[in-house]
Amino acid sequence: MSQTRKELLVDPLVDNNPITLQVLGICSALAVTSSLQVAFVMALAVTFVTGFASMFISMLRNQIPGSIRIIVQMVIIASLVILVDQILKAYAFQISKTLSVFVGLIITNCIVMGRAEAFAMKNPPVASFIDGVGNGLGYGLILMLVGVIRELFGSGSLFGITILPTVNNGGWYVPNGLLLLPPSAFFVIGLLIWAFRTWKPNQVEEREYKIQQVEAH
Amino acid sequence: MSDTQPQDPKGAIARFLAASPDSVGKTIFIAVAVCLVASMIVSAAAVSLRPVQEANKLKDKQVNVLQVAGVYEPGIDVTEAFAAFEPHVLDLATGEFVDDQFDPATFDDLAAASDPDLSVALDSDPAGIGRKAKYRVIYLLRDETGGLNKVILPLHGYGLWSTLYGFIALESNGNDIFGLQFYQHGETPGLGAEVDNPRWKALWNGKKLRDDAGDLQITVAKAQPAAGPDFYVDALAGATLTSVGVDNLVKFWMGDAGYGPFLAKLQAGEF
Repeated sequence: MSQTRKELLVDPLVDNNPITLQVLGICSALAVTSSLQVAFVMALAVTFVTGFASMFISMLRNQIPGSIRIIVQMVIIASLVILVDQILKAYAFQISKTLSVFVGLIITNCIVMGRAEAFAMKNPPVASFIDGVGNGLGYGLILMLVGVIRELFGSGSLFGITILPTVNNGGWYVPNGLLLLPPSAFFVIGLLIWAFRTWKPNQVEEREYKIQQVEAH
Repeated sequence: MSDTQPQDPKGAIARFLAASPDSVGKTIFIAVAVCLVASMIVSAAAVSLRPVQEANKLKDKQVNVLQVAGVYEPGIDVTEAFAAFEPHVLDLATGEFVDDQFDPATFDDLAAASDPDLSVALDSDPAGIGRKAKYRVIYLLRDETGGLNKVILPLHGYGLWSTLYGFIALESNGNDIFGLQFYQHGETPGLGAEVDNPRWKALWNGKKLRDDAGDLQITVAKAQPAAGPDFYVDALAGATLTSVGVDNLVKFWMGDAGYGPFLAKLQAGEF
């Protein structure tokens, strides 16, 4: 194996982040980042699902027929997601009420599928599990960063604790309503990608074409 | 063949595992096996966790009834406090209790709204709910002497993105609002979801449904209507459509198509 286990876990956080480098999982990142608590639970749920889905798929990787491999992967991922959803409904009812459909939509999160197809189908179970957890954490890290910005400036609070007392509650802070709406996450994620690629220029993709310089005659 | 040894089962499994996964037999086998195992795990989880989930749902609803009636405090025994409330199944059209037909403890009025026998399609549907159950579960809260203290009525209707489900608490005269609270909605956080803001909910306390002439006057709007401040709740800033939705659903449920007949009886002092 070319990568050590530590690299498998740490690489997806910054160097190979599923959101900022691979630009996967954007849709749920838009939906669940308006409050930190929800983003945190979502990050945990996705980490759990990517980790275990990769592990189980890796265990079966030599037996899964190529023609139905995506379907088999989906069955495993979907079962895990339903499991998470049921557990949240039983033991974290309030949070599952706010997450509502987004837990179910982990099934369609490209990161889970991407790790299954790109890594778990070719690597042993333990490495796949660590890779899945690492990618879940990389997704979670971005979720939390976006969540901090959106909740702080959109609602004036962090994890529901008031930091900037808003006008609605008798304070002074006029919250930025745009940050509570999903499109604002596009801006925040876009700025994050810009920041990441300025910090690590090797993440910048090569241009597909260049404007040709034509010398004037 | 009597002299042929039966195949060693372990050998058969090993051969099966070593076989190419792309053969038709193996493809079908893997598909069936994965589905079977996955469905067993999922159904086991669903069945074993259902009692906890049901208890959560029930408790959540009870907490909301307690909150809207103003008797909830963090840490109280919800089941015990809820026992003070008298559930009844109400026939909306007549304003009579039909507890002999349905058990108030188990009757699910939201499920009834999609049962053709127990509901009616709405021609005029300002609350955007499509069908209306003929019966709803309401709660009466009595004081120590047995006199009626408050009435808790469930209501729901469409806001901007979602149906809002909530309760309204009325004083025993059936006209003064004690509180309004939604327990489930999917409105925009920070804008429409401010229906949960305690400061906004507090605006409802002390408002009146009908004026002296008996006309339904309660309004959620940006500007105070002619009827006066007693019938006016300021709309949520930045959430026009949610406010319109709340206005519509309160008017609908408090009107003749909703609890009108019951409220008339309540005002006449029948309960």
